[in-house]
Formats: sequence, C-alpha cells, structure tokens
Amino acid sequence: MPTKKIRVLIAKPGLDGHDRGAKIIARALRDAGMEVIYTGLRQTPEMIASAAIQEDVDVIGLSILSGAHNTICPQLMALLKAKGMDDVVVLVGGIIPEADIPAMKKSGIAEIFLPGTSTQDIIEFINKRLAVGT
Amino acid sequence: MTDKSKVQTEIVTPSTPAIPASPRRPSPKEKSWEENTLKPTLAKSPERRAEFTTISGHPIRRLYTEADLPDWSPDKDLGRPGEPPYTRGIHSTMHRGRLWTMRQFAGFGAAEDTNARFRYLLAQGQTGLSTAFDLPTLMGYDSDHALSEGEVGKCGVAISSLADMEVLFDKIPLANVTTSMTINSPAAIIWAMYLAVAEKQGADWKKLSGTLQNDILKEYIAQKEYIYPPEPSMRLVIDTFEFGVKNTPKFNPISISGYHIREAGSTAIQELAFTLRDGLEYVEWGMRRGMDVDAFVPQLSFFFNAHNDFFEEIAKYRAARRIWHKAMVERYKSKNPRSWALRFHTQTAGCSLTAQQPYNNVVRTAIQALAAVLGGTQSLHTNSLDEAWALPTEFAATLALRTQQIIAHETGVANTVDPLGGSYFVETLTNEVECGAWDYIHKIDAMGGMVTAIERSYPQREIAEASYRYQMEVDRKDKIVVGVNDFVTKESPLEILQIDETVAHRQAERLRKLRADRSQAEVDRRLNTLRTAARGKENLMPFIYDTVKAYATLGEICEAMRDVFGTYEEVAIT
Repeated sequence: MPTKKIRVLIAKPGLDGHDRGAKIIARALRDAGMEVIYTGLRQTPEMIASAAIQEDVDVIGLSILSGAHNTICPQLMALLKAKGMDDVVVLVGGIIPEADIPAMKKSGIAEIFLPGTSTQDIIEFINKRLAVGT
Repeated sequence: MTDKSKVQTEIVTPSTPAIPASPRRPSPKEKSWEENTLKPTLAKSPERRAEFTTISGHPIRRLYTEADLPDWSPDKDLGRPGEPPYTRGIHSTMHRGRLWTMRQFAGFGAAEDTNARFRYLLAQGQTGLSTAFDLPTLMGYDSDHALSEGEVGKCGVAISSLADMEVLFDKIPLANVTTSMTINSPAAIIWAMYLAVAEKQGADWKKLSGTLQNDILKEYIAQKEYIYPPEPSMRLVIDTFEFGVKNTPKFNPISISGYHIREAGSTAIQELAFTLRDGLEYVEWGMRRGMDVDAFVPQLSFFFNAHNDFFEEIAKYRAARRIWHKAMVERYKSKNPRSWALRFHTQTAGCSLTAQQPYNNVVRTAIQALAAVLGGTQSLHTNSLDEAWALPTEFAATLALRTQQIIAHETGVANTVDPLGGSYFVETLTNEVECGAWDYIHKIDAMGGMVTAIERSYPQREIAEASYRYQMEVDRKDKIVVGVNDFVTKESPLEILQIDETVAHRQAERLRKLRADRSQAEVDRRLNTLRTAARGKENLMPFIYDTVKAYATLGEICEAMRDVFGTYEEVAIT
C-alpha cells in the first residue's frame, strides 16, 4: 500500500447545480482517508483539467446529472491526454443512460457509477484500482 | 461584534413561542395496558428494532394516545377548515368543493416540442400547465452561448427570446389556462415574455392566472441556479411583487419552494423551516419596500415536496399552515385573512425515485401523492416512473397523471375534509414538526435573517449534514430502499426519452435569424436604458418588458444586468 494519501478531485461540470451527490462522495472519500478537493459548481473541462494538474490528483470524480456527459466527457478526456495526464483515474457518477456507457469506457473513463451506488463500492473501487497501479 | 449582533437582534420581529413540550401523562388505563398487555408481549417477542424513526430521523413512538396531547385544544390547535389556524385546510369544503389542480411539469427540446406535449396533456384532462426550462435558460444564457453546449433542451425547454415563448404557447389561450413557470434568476425576464405573449393574444393581464417560481433564496440554499448576488436578486423579486400587485392581481409572482431544499437532502423539518423562513424574508423585504403586508402577501404561494414518509409529510403540510398563520398575525400584524392562508403546490419526491426497478416508482409516487392530498394541497405534480433516468416519455407522463385521477375519483379520500384530523399520532407529529421548525426559524432570526444565514452557509451546512446522515443509513441498510439496498434483482434497461441532438442547431439558427431580423439599434437602446435603471432604484419590470418586446434575448438581458449587479460565487462546502 502506498503511504501517500490518495488524492481525489471531485468536480461538478456543466450548468447544473444539483450537488447533493458530489458533496456526499467528497465527504465519504475524505472519511475513508483520502485527500479530497471539491471544485464547486460549473467547472469547464479546462478548469477541471488544470485543477487536476495543479493538485496532482490520482483520481477525478465527475458528477453529471443533466445529460451533458456526451459533450463534457470527451472534451475532458482529450484535454487530459494532451496534458499527459492519461494515468489519472477518471470516474463519472450520476444519471447516465446505459446505452452511453460503452463509448464512455472506450474513451478511457475507468468506471461509471449509476444512481443507488453505495459510497463503500466507490471507495473500494478506488482503493483497488490504485493498489493495482502501484 | 457585540454591537453588530445587538443591532441584528433588534431588527428581528418578535416571534411566536413554540408549543411547550409538556411531558406525556399516561392515564391509569394506559399504564395498566403497558403493564399487563404490552410487557408480556415484548418479553416474548421483541419489536423489529430498538428505535423507529421517520425517513428524516425523527423518533416515532409505539403508540399515540391522549397522553401525547396534554395541552392540545381542538378549538385552538385544530380549528375548522377555512378558519385559523388552518390546520385542517384553507377552504371550508377543501377537495369536496374543488379538486386540486393537476399540474404536470413538462418541458424538453425546443419550444415546439414542449408546445406539443402541453397540448397533449391538456387533452388528457390535465387542468394546469407547468413549464420546465433547460439549464441555459435557467442560468440566463442563450442556446448558442459557449456554456450552453451539450445542455440545450436537455432538462427542459430552451427559451432564448420572446419568439421562442410565442411558439411555446402557440394555440394555448393564456386567458383560460393557469401556467406555472419554474424559473428563478431570470424570472422577471421570462415573466415579461409570458405577459407579452398574453398581450399579443389579447388576454387581459388582470385575469391571467398562474405562478412564477421566482424563489431565489432556495437557489442559494439548495438548487444553486443563481446568477446575481443576494441583494440585487432580492430587489428583482420584490420588483415582480410590486408589478404583480398593480397589473396581475390573480398571478402568484412567487412560489416559495421547499421542494428543492428537500431534494438536496434536508429533513422534513428543515424543508418546512427554511421554506417558511424564506417566506418571512420575502415578506420583510416587501414591507421594507413600502408595500402594505396585506397588499402583496395574498399573492405569495408555496411549493412543498411529498416524500416517502407518509405521516411526516402530512404533518408537515398541516404545520406549515399553522406557522404561516401565526407569523402573519403575530409578527406582521396582518389584518387580511387572505394573507394568513398558506396555499401550496406539491411535487412528489424526485430524489425518492430509483433507477433500479423503475416500475416501483409508480407505487412510491402514488403514496406520496396521497399524502399531499390528505395534507390539503392546492395543486399537485406526480413524477413519472422513468425520471431517475431521464425526462419522462409520453407513456410515463400519462401514467403519472392517471395516478392523480385515480386518487381524485376512485379512492374516496377527497370526500371529506382533513380525514386524519384528531388522530393522536397525526396531531402529535404536527405539533412536533411545527416545534422543530420554529426552533430553526428562531435561530435564523437570531442570525439576522435568511440572507445572512445563507451567506454564513448555515442552511446549506444543515442540509449537507442531513443528506450525508441519510446516505450512511442507506449504505448501512438502517434504511431500506427497495430494489437498491435490498430486494435487488437484475433487469433490462428501460426505454427512455432521448433528446434530439438537433435542438441546439435549430435554436442557434433561430437566434441567428432573430438577430438579423430585429432592429439592433432599438435593442441596444433599450438594453442601455435597462442598465441605467438597474444602477438606480426604480422597479425594473417595465424596463425588462421593453427589452423583451424588442426581441432582446434572455442572454443579452441577463448580461446587461450582470454588468451592473455582478455575479454570485458560493463558498463550496462539503
């Protein structure tokens, strides 16, 4: 196990202000011993990518409920790639139609968590994923 | 510091004391029942759990009897329907006289798509319209703005100008239908567009009936669709009150909303308390503007959530009416009974819907709707079964409307007024919920009011705490959500409504044409006049109306006011 705390950026992209989920995840990951940075609302993919670099995070968690995922996610993934950040684990949580999931995973998004996921499942996923990576 | 808090305490109007919590006084017969009947049963088979609580975590006793209502007076605390304290409802005949308005929230794609859904719903027997706008519209951006990319027509209908509004209400006579519009920061602008369409149709503004949501305080607290800082935002709200009193006496210029506070994860008591304290804040700002309390308060309306915990919700609606009456009479010395009666719309809880086993949502929604009806709602939206996934399909929206029609016409619950009145449990819970809400109201009074409380993130933090606590209860299975953390099955995906990706292109093309066809000089002139007025103290509604009539876009008008008012950034708390 790495001695360094896992660093996570929780981001809320797009115009939507429904932040209940993002805030719960931020707090649950913090309670699980991770270092969590919450960006606040209305972040563009550019803002999220630079925050990820600046904060040197291992994980980016995006919360999207508005149906804008097919616009936001490809933009962010392209930016991360261009900035050489393709090793960051990108997770998406929210309302994502199942039909959109395969393409999102293909673009490099590590996992998509749908409504009803327990915080424990997300914590375990991150821990496992980063343990394998080290 | 001490000086400041002194001043703040003085501003606060004296509050009604909460109901004193007298201890239970069980009768000898109840004590004997405990001893001889209950104890042997518990010794043989203990109850399912040590403590029972509502979904909000409020403790619930095994049995309620007259011992729980030692100071309760049927005359004082219950009264009669249509009379103070309105516990039993605001009308003497309630749903026997007139059923609640069945008002299904709808909006998606471009204006013509939503216009078709509106006309379909009216044909199915729906009795009022309710408009959902997309996120760019809610945030004051035109459909072709860079930040609108990917969001046009997704969560509601895209409205960027009066031209779109004309299409939205095409062939719908605004004089004969009541319309609710869920819009907040840009509410004054959207309302001006609505009034312009009504004028064009030849409808008399004095006869227009409907509701503008226009509740900016709950945006800072919960839903977060704000543009400007609190001060100018509140000014815009009070401008609509003033304008409404003069020009549209049957239109509710605001729907003070607990719905979103609850969706953000609050408890029932927090929903009630923060909503009513928001209401008091609007009343105080209106009075500070120089309006007589009884001139504008009768036009204020409310909007509550209907969550899963059946009795807690009913108690919440009953307590809401009691608190509002007390506050109007005792804090503001209102003389007009129309100011005392709290009128409210209800929507079943979107956050209670599960993506898993979505047909279960029909059942949840029916039970929640029943609570709203038994609680005395004036209008109701029932959610569709597929709304944990997307905006509803026509099939799902129809089923949701049918749910209300079944409650209204088949169950018999509308045959009598407040059928639960006098129940030991319901009356006790009503008292407790009222008491809990007054505690919060007093705390916020002591902070100097809701705007200050918001700036200190107080309601935001309380809600975040409650929301996290509930999530942990679900994760630990202390609270069961059927199909999510228990009774889980594997199922196939649901057929959902896909928003046509061409909506954004259609909107962009329409905006290009609009800008080419209108008089740009006139638009610029009117936007500049609005800017100048915004710097002063005048009521901005007439200026906004002028810009709308010249086909200035929503984004341009919002931008003009951004130039003067600036924008709001919240302190992100987790």
